[in-house]
Amino acid sequence: MKRKDFLQLSAMSLGAVMLPKFALLGNPIDPLQALEEGMTVSMKKELADIALNAAKSKGATYADVRIGRYLNQFIVTRENRVQGVSNTESFGVGIRVIANGSWGFAASNNVTREGIAKTAERAVAVAKANAKIITEPVQLAPQQGYGEVNWKTPIEQNTFAIPVKDKADLLLKVNSIAMQGGANFVNSAILAVNEQKYFASTDGSYIDQDIHRIFPTFTVTKTNKATGKFETRKSLSSPVGMGYEYLTPTPESKVSGIVTRYKDRYDILEDVKNATIDVDQKLKAKTVEPGKYDLILDPSHLWLTIHESVAHPTELDRVLGYEANYAGTSFLTLDKWRSKNFQFGSKHVNIVADKLQKGSLGAVGYDDEGVKCGEWDLIKEGVLVNYQAIRDQAHIIGLKQSQGCCYAQSWEDVQFQRMPNVSLQPGKDTLSVDDMIKNVEKGIYIIGDGSFSIDQQRYNFQFGGQTFYEIKDGKIAGMLKDVAYQANTQEFWNSCTAVADARDYRLGGAFNDGKGQPAQSNAVSHGSSTARFNGVNVINTARKI
Amino acid sequence: MILSKAEAQVLLKKVLGYSKAEACEITLSGSEGGNIRYARNAVSTAGDISTLSVSVNATFGKKTGTATINEFDDASLKKVVQRAEELAQLAPDNPEHMPLLGPADFKEAITYVPATAAATPDTRAEAVAKSIQVAKEAKLEAAGFIENTTSFTAVMNSKGLFAYNTDTDVIFTITTRNQEGTGSGYAARGFNDISKLDTYTATKIATAKANGSANAKAIEPGKYTVILEPVAAAYMMENMFRGFDARNADEGRSFMSKPGGGNRLGEQLMDEKVTIYSDPFNTELPGNTWNREGFPLDKINWIEKGVVKNLSYSQYWAQQKGVKPVPFPSNIIMEGGDASLEDLIKTTEKGILVSRLWYIRMVDPQSLLLTGLTRDGTFYIENGQIKYPIKNFRFNESPVIMLNNVEALGRPERTISVESYRSYLIPPMKIRDFTFTSLSDAV
Repeated sequence: MKRKDFLQLSAMSLGAVMLPKFALLGNPIDPLQALEEGMTVSMKKELADIALNAAKSKGATYADVRIGRYLNQFIVTRENRVQGVSNTESFGVGIRVIANGSWGFAASNNVTREGIAKTAERAVAVAKANAKIITEPVQLAPQQGYGEVNWKTPIEQNTFAIPVKDKADLLLKVNSIAMQGGANFVNSAILAVNEQKYFASTDGSYIDQDIHRIFPTFTVTKTNKATGKFETRKSLSSPVGMGYEYLTPTPESKVSGIVTRYKDRYDILEDVKNATIDVDQKLKAKTVEPGKYDLILDPSHLWLTIHESVAHPTELDRVLGYEANYAGTSFLTLDKWRSKNFQFGSKHVNIVADKLQKGSLGAVGYDDEGVKCGEWDLIKEGVLVNYQAIRDQAHIIGLKQSQGCCYAQSWEDVQFQRMPNVSLQPGKDTLSVDDMIKNVEKGIYIIGDGSFSIDQQRYNFQFGGQTFYEIKDGKIAGMLKDVAYQANTQEFWNSCTAVADARDYRLGGAFNDGKGQPAQSNAVSHGSSTARFNGVNVINTARKI
Repeated sequence: MILSKAEAQVLLKKVLGYSKAEACEITLSGSEGGNIRYARNAVSTAGDISTLSVSVNATFGKKTGTATINEFDDASLKKVVQRAEELAQLAPDNPEHMPLLGPADFKEAITYVPATAAATPDTRAEAVAKSIQVAKEAKLEAAGFIENTTSFTAVMNSKGLFAYNTDTDVIFTITTRNQEGTGSGYAARGFNDISKLDTYTATKIATAKANGSANAKAIEPGKYTVILEPVAAAYMMENMFRGFDARNADEGRSFMSKPGGGNRLGEQLMDEKVTIYSDPFNTELPGNTWNREGFPLDKINWIEKGVVKNLSYSQYWAQQKGVKPVPFPSNIIMEGGDASLEDLIKTTEKGILVSRLWYIRMVDPQSLLLTGLTRDGTFYIENGQIKYPIKNFRFNESPVIMLNNVEALGRPERTISVESYRSYLIPPMKIRDFTFTSLSDAV
């Protein structure tokens, strides 16, 4: 039903796609109910032990249990009206076991002693049924138990505790700035997520985590009735692993330049004013001449290119073929990694995986199979050195321990390998964006993410953006439109000739990275400083119908 | 969990009886089903899912609140009604609020097939075993997924409306690849009736594509005549179907917007071979006979011989424009001809056969320009015959432009969109001047 409901929703909302897929993951609740304490930790521990014992008594050699309460809030507006306020809650338990060498999983919203014991039994039965057709038994990397521990996103203000009216008023103010600035339409929204998850396993871990995320966003639209043309400009905000404090701007969080961009705090009122000016310029902008250009890519844009062309192909399940029928495989095959000299990118390209960065979407203390999170190199001075793995994959790449990349979008979904934050490290030498632009003869400076598409092995991609500025002989020469660039991943990253220093480092990201059948969403951030790529193929996307 | 029409009606009446709101609508929905996933010729995950929930929509004036619950004792049912009413009182006025619809004569849908509802984990495992066997015999690695769902929805409101529908659905997707990673094939199936699902034959098609696509040659990107198989065409056109909305068009922000204002209703937008319609009583692709707003659904033409005949109008937008509401449909069908895929190939002097498209995203909503790639079997055709496999391309093309360049349409087939898993009835299409913009090394 969820899939069909989503379709019914999405079918009608092409012009105003604001509600993400996970809007339908829970039951609507009163906003204040989200602030109520859920089940106590001691109760969760008691129930978790029942699950683990039930699984073991039925023949499981390993078991883990996740008792999860997932809260979402959406406030959606257009122009001068609030279109919807919705709060959802989903509470239940997911139990995963190994029996007869095979995985089994079962989930239930009946979080009682009896319900949990039955769910554990079902998980073991599924494992035993699947064991009849497996080719090799699961090899689980050893994992120490941590005892009773907890972790919490370091937030200053819980978004759910801010009155709905305050949030709706802020969005209506955003809309009114856009309309006063000459926009024809504006859509805006605040999405908030709180994952309260309790994990326990037969390794002896009892992990209680409280994770917060927020995403304020808008789209300003301007139409030209006479020509029938229209342009949009999206917000330059990012979804982040923070509380409502993200919406309290500070001077240090602003990056000045052709348009203000934002680090760990966001000024939505300033950005919508700028967006309304941008959208007007976009309508009047010069159409791009196709050809080779040097691209200067802002972090608000580059995060998505990193996500698609670096983070996805280094997912070990893709490399091994587990996603062949859905998300795809990867060109970064094991032989390239084993060679220790596969030149993925230029020497400027240092890419790190982590689940630690403060304010990032991937930041948690422990993953969804009880592994403490860390940081590791994926690409070092351009060479492929590692992948992203979980416990049952670690042995394949010679690791003694998992890298902590296991995640499930909800208690009712089975956890599997999902990407951590994957980020381009800033340049080591002092280099500002202005200095970078000074040396470009014929280039395009791209800000914000737009259209994106990449093949199933992650070789060939095409990206758009929000705003495009022509660079001529070291100077910005005005706005362009109808721009998209196409490249081969390896050629593109080898054409990287400079990365700005750490002063420019910022995170971008998404709430809805999709993988798996049935499909699951993962929230992930990607950081970078502005980077330069030489001689990239740019096409003109204007067509007439 | 699936409730019968009579059971649903009794439960809905009870819940509605608890309401003190000015207007109230109750929706009851449930599902039962399961899935199995496999990769590297072995099962990887499997699950069984059963759901039942009741959703209450309470209205006072222009304020509406919604609450949902999945517990069905009297206290819980009273609680959910009360919570919806409290939320409604807290909500801001919705200036676009529209009154509930009254009773209507909803025809019985033909979407439910008992055989599908009776499918068990064993049914799915046997279907997977057949598929893996075919792949192993062809010395290929299979990765696939089967999911079957039985669902029902029932709605009752304080104006006397009652509607009930039950539906069954099964989808199957299979990818087979050779060990060297030089060949890949795919097949996708979707039915209401699981007895129509033949995983053996579908996997045979995928293995033939995988072996046939190995060692592809590179040819220059550019404009080519293409033959899009239904699974490729459906994915391309799904992005267009979502845009048959009058409000976005009238607001000037859709490919259906007309320069100078208004929308393109009545305009010849495509080749006259193109007719696109909806019909919930089509036996190949049955759909629900009512929508969530409570409108009966019947046959309706969207594009007739290339002319835009209808756009969808929500209740609110219809009132604004002084027209009748046009509900969004429950299925989409495109007419074709009698030619088979083979016939289309035979009549092609030079062209490219596209088995499947991948990762399609909107580049420009103005012209509906889309980008994406070919995959799982792209073949060069010369003098009516497939000559050799070619490397995959990225395309940049608008379905609207594409449907102006129709050379021929074949026999419509039920297929699924590889991203939404939604079923369509779509013909294979021969299209001239389809724009490929670069080569991809992906297999």
